[in-house]
Amino acid sequence: MPKFDYAPAPESRSVVSIQPSYGLFVDGTFSRPRALFPTVDPADETILAEVSQAGPKDVDKAVAAARRAFDGAWGSMPGAERGRYLFRIARILQERAREFAVLETLDSGKPVKETRDVDIPLAAAHFFYHAGWADKLEYAGLAPTGAALLRPYGVVGQVIPWNFPLLMLAWKVAPALATGNTVVLKPAETTPLTALLFAEVCQQADLPAGVVNILTGDGRTGQAIVEHPGVDKIAFTGSTEVGRAIARSIAGTAKRATLELGGKAANIIFDDAPIDQAVEGIVSGIFFNQGQVCCAGSRLLVQESVHHEVVARLQRRLATLRVGDPMDKNTDLGPINSRAQLDRITTLVEAGIAEGATAWAPECTFPGTGFWFPPTLLTGVSQTHRVATEEIFGPVLSVLTFRTPAEAVAKANNTAYGLSAGVWTEKGSRILWMADQLRAGVVWANTFNRFDPASPFGGYKESGYGREGGRHGLEAYLRGAAG
Amino acid sequence: MTSTISPRGVQDLTAQACDLLGVAQPSNRAIGAWLHGLPGVDQVGCESRAAALATRSVKSASKAWAIDTAIRMIDLTTLEGADTPGTVRSLCAKALVPDPRDPATPRPAAVCVYGDMVHVAREALADRRIHVAAVVTAFPSGRAGLAVKLADTREALAAGADEIDMVIDRGAFLAGDYMTVFDQIAQVKAACRRDDGPDARLKVILETGELVTYDNVRRASHLAMLAGGDFVKTSTGKIQPAATLPVTLVMLESVRDWRDLTGVQVGVKPAGGIRTSKDAIKYLVLVSEVAGEDWLSPEWFRFGASSLLNDLLLQRQKLTTGAYSGPDYVTLN
Repeated sequence: MPKFDYAPAPESRSVVSIQPSYGLFVDGTFSRPRALFPTVDPADETILAEVSQAGPKDVDKAVAAARRAFDGAWGSMPGAERGRYLFRIARILQERAREFAVLETLDSGKPVKETRDVDIPLAAAHFFYHAGWADKLEYAGLAPTGAALLRPYGVVGQVIPWNFPLLMLAWKVAPALATGNTVVLKPAETTPLTALLFAEVCQQADLPAGVVNILTGDGRTGQAIVEHPGVDKIAFTGSTEVGRAIARSIAGTAKRATLELGGKAANIIFDDAPIDQAVEGIVSGIFFNQGQVCCAGSRLLVQESVHHEVVARLQRRLATLRVGDPMDKNTDLGPINSRAQLDRITTLVEAGIAEGATAWAPECTFPGTGFWFPPTLLTGVSQTHRVATEEIFGPVLSVLTFRTPAEAVAKANNTAYGLSAGVWTEKGSRILWMADQLRAGVVWANTFNRFDPASPFGGYKESGYGREGGRHGLEAYLRGAAG
Repeated sequence: MTSTISPRGVQDLTAQACDLLGVAQPSNRAIGAWLHGLPGVDQVGCESRAAALATRSVKSASKAWAIDTAIRMIDLTTLEGADTPGTVRSLCAKALVPDPRDPATPRPAAVCVYGDMVHVAREALADRRIHVAAVVTAFPSGRAGLAVKLADTREALAAGADEIDMVIDRGAFLAGDYMTVFDQIAQVKAACRRDDGPDARLKVILETGELVTYDNVRRASHLAMLAGGDFVKTSTGKIQPAATLPVTLVMLESVRDWRDLTGVQVGVKPAGGIRTSKDAIKYLVLVSEVAGEDWLSPEWFRFGASSLLNDLLLQRQKLTTGAYSGPDYVTLN
């Protein structure tokens, strides 16, 4: 029994009211629930609600509603007016932040500390940021001076993942609306509830009918949206495998796509790094959101001369991580989002051990139900191991070493992905050199997993194409934009 | 682990430092090379870690434990030019009976006064379980010669102080004259030696508000420990900013690393500006999660504070009675 053990500090569930079942949000109203499938709380596997599986006819209706809105009030609305709606949505998200944070935690398993301090505030920040762009697009420098105003695509189909349900919705919806498009969005199968609550926010904000349509369902619904002839542009965040399928299916059509896919980021620790902060950066890099982050720092590249010290400090730090009930305000690590994901993590870690890596995890006790995996270090990993090349998408850190900056760059770039990277050193010139050499969309220096709506985000190689956020993110939603 | 550097003279402390640095003679170059070889502190990362730990939610039983522990860690302090024997006696009375309405209330660890008030405090406390700490070495600026600083120390000890809070020469530290800082700490440490009882424990005030950078805080902490300090303390309370969470975080990392390196445990004392129970609990979270629970006792962690005690008492009353009282229900110091 530790001397100073924090008593349970559970966040109250009473701020949310979850309906037993939900319909689809099309043309400003919710349809009658049907073809239901359950969404569960990954912490205890209880069913939170049932949501509707949208079929091809529902996609038709949603796309038609989005088209009407685009051809009607929304499409002809001045930017300043669109901005007002976005500001209104942002303020409502802030006002209802606690409700969103609790619902997100229940449905996704993310610790409430993270939904409260990261997901929801950042989602609101994305709406605020893009609200500001809505009437200033001609000054974004995306078209030559004097050229005609850039036009939105029209109807955008958006398919988002389960790791940051509301935040990814904000990344997609805010720029789409700011630039004047209308949206048909599908939240992930396992985390539909905050998107449905967002639909209520759209109603509360009096957003014109059809501007935002939300269809729940599994991969089939996503596929129907992507393949629908009435959709002008696709924005997808998720696995590289599905991203490839999307790219194939829209080939030869007029549809454009932005794809934000997987990653296997290197977090590179030099021997002159600020060591205590580097340890924190490693921890937030791979254990933030249980490692279910596409830009997670899942490959630790540590200079050989400090390898033992870094690993020892990391182990001491991991022993203080609080794993458990995500609704407890002191929880650092919650459950894995789904059984399927837990199985994938387990399989990959077992493969890593079979290939010669050594696994270490602090002592954790888990409840009998729920999808749990301890924060795990894999040492003795080589570049050829599966755990060094495949995206695990879980709280598992593969530790590799390097001797020289050139070797660090070579190893970091030796991946099919290129979403993000981290560099830890007190030497400013080395940071600049490394940032220049690393083939990754985001390079963090002496920090990791920091996001800001003003900063573009996106990948190289199999991590996808297109950027989200910042001025660059607007390009993805304007026809003929030229950086 | 409870070992401390055993009482020795300046030569012993110097020899021990040379041993650790791997040099025959201590010099600014040798000490400087060692201090500047310590890992740097990234300001943004350090501050965000402290801010993250400050969001811990401490409730019910753990809050009660934290409040009592914080009370027991207080060095109840008065350091005013206007201090009189009367105000010091009143402070001591408060230390002996913090809350007359609840005799089960724990007592603070020490009373901290200027050197010339030590005899008043010693007499008023009689009960020797509350320590008397004296601020010495030309507190708060430290701008005096070594002879004056040592005389200051000896006088306080002779008057009955059993804890000594010295200030370092910040000017010398900032000028890179680490030998002067080392020597003064070692000299005061040697002066803390007593033949008639346990040695006085030496708290070394870094005055982090004047050192400014976290790198300096880490280096000064290591220098103080190298010279034999039993505690590293943030501030005099006379300079702003005084104690902050990130500064204390860096100091806690330093004492943790020092014990890994030498096996010697050194205490930490944030002082100045900690006024509320909520703040005090944040510091305890830091101690617990950064240095570890070995530091969670008055022997290894202290708060230099005055008004903090009453806020802790109010919160304690709230937990025992279930109702908030008010400032009229706790006594003035």
